[in-house]
Amino acid sequence: MTAETALRRTPLFDAHVRLGGQMVEFAGWHMPVQYQGRGLVAEHEATRTAVGLFDVSHMGEILIEGPGAAVEVNRLVSNDTSKLAEGDACYALLCHDDGGTVDDLYVYRLGAERFLVVVNASNADKDFAYMQKMARKPSLVHNRSDDFAQIAVQGPHATKLLQRVAPGEAIGLPRNKIRVHTFAGRDVLVATTGYTGEAGFELYCAPQSAEALWFALLDAGQDLGVSPVGLGARDTLRLEMGYPLYGHELDDQTSGYEARVGWAIKPKKEGGFVGGEALVRQQSDGLMRKLVGLELVDRGVARADYAVLHEGKLVGSVTSGTHSPTAKKPIALAWVPTGLAVNGTEVHVDVRGQPKRAVVVPFPFVTPGSLFPV
Amino acid sequence: MAIPAELRYTTDHEWARDEGDGTYSVGVTDFAQENLGGVVYVELSAEGTGLAAGGRFGTVESTKSVSEMYAPISGEVVAKNAALDGEPELVNSDPYGAGWMVKIRATASGEFAALMDAAAYEAHVAAGH
Repeated sequence: MTAETALRRTPLFDAHVRLGGQMVEFAGWHMPVQYQGRGLVAEHEATRTAVGLFDVSHMGEILIEGPGAAVEVNRLVSNDTSKLAEGDACYALLCHDDGGTVDDLYVYRLGAERFLVVVNASNADKDFAYMQKMARKPSLVHNRSDDFAQIAVQGPHATKLLQRVAPGEAIGLPRNKIRVHTFAGRDVLVATTGYTGEAGFELYCAPQSAEALWFALLDAGQDLGVSPVGLGARDTLRLEMGYPLYGHELDDQTSGYEARVGWAIKPKKEGGFVGGEALVRQQSDGLMRKLVGLELVDRGVARADYAVLHEGKLVGSVTSGTHSPTAKKPIALAWVPTGLAVNGTEVHVDVRGQPKRAVVVPFPFVTPGSLFPV
Repeated sequence: MAIPAELRYTTDHEWARDEGDGTYSVGVTDFAQENLGGVVYVELSAEGTGLAAGGRFGTVESTKSVSEMYAPISGEVVAKNAALDGEPELVNSDPYGAGWMVKIRATASGEFAALMDAAAYEAHVAAGH
């Protein structure tokens, strides 16, 4: 068996091939990076100005349910999930004892003792093993990744499109809610979450329902300018918002405070959480480095792992970079020492041997094209 | 996907056109531009630069990635497409025309004829390269 055939396929693999998806390997999966005849920039712009459809079925789904699940979830993740009512969701981190990040994830409260935790595809097995290890009741934690397909519907026309496929559903919801709806006789979880900065939905459905739902959305949205969107634009969309991508802005050695998602860390919550004490210490000791936004002044594009220089000295590195399709300029996220993490600081990025001038700027880098409530 | 019959091609998806005066225009193919996605910067070797066949003559930055471009034939860069400074997207919209990149005066004979013709290049692309 070759590496190629060992890659996993989502239930939408055939749909991508039919739509001209350029399939690449990502986290062990065959995924479309962009679609022929559209391309990254057109797909990106469709999401900011109309509506984009994303296959995110590769993501992992871990269900934590049963008596004690609410306490268990709150001990495992960094945000305060005791504040979630049924049908609420929040972003959170799964942390090592030393404060490093196992993964970043979304927690959806489906019931009093029933939580859906959605994790990165590349980390799903690691996260499940870690949760089982750290949980007081490992039997509450179930890896259900194979039971879910996921389609994200994102952009200014997302609600209009969803209404056409599932009339009367999900009107007027703010960000971070989840509801059960019925589509073609089957239950679909409709969440007002996403990774683009746009208003929209993430739809969790059974794998066998995914293709019908995908094409129903695509067919119903033709006059709205709907576009399938590959991983290429998914990355540029999240980068314009400054959202971290695990493996770039977050990893086992990096804390959420460094990556500027401290708002999702609640160390004082009742009962604490795994890694919380280390994070409090890190916070009081002061951070060595921080993630900043960079805008290149010179022509060129900063890419991941390029060196960041200050007054000729190596001080950090780029974690992600692109040419922003919305702002139409080169943007990046980068590590710099805390003392340089000040807007307006001038640095250089080593672009293949050429130092290019860049300046520290706040992020998000763009204003999204749509806002909640949907 | 366009593959003009009169051009010759490399395995790296560059094309070359015989201008009939000992010079050859060079660019990237329609297949290449589609895979690159939106081109945002093109850096090209300066006029007067000597290149060996397979030597790097430029870099294309797209939103998606950065790619090096390699000379199909040996020679000297005698012209570069200055229009790409202001309109790099010409590489996407007209890869065989206004999106040309450099003109090379050949210094070795037979290299152009040894490149792939349109049929061979089409087969190369179809084979998933």
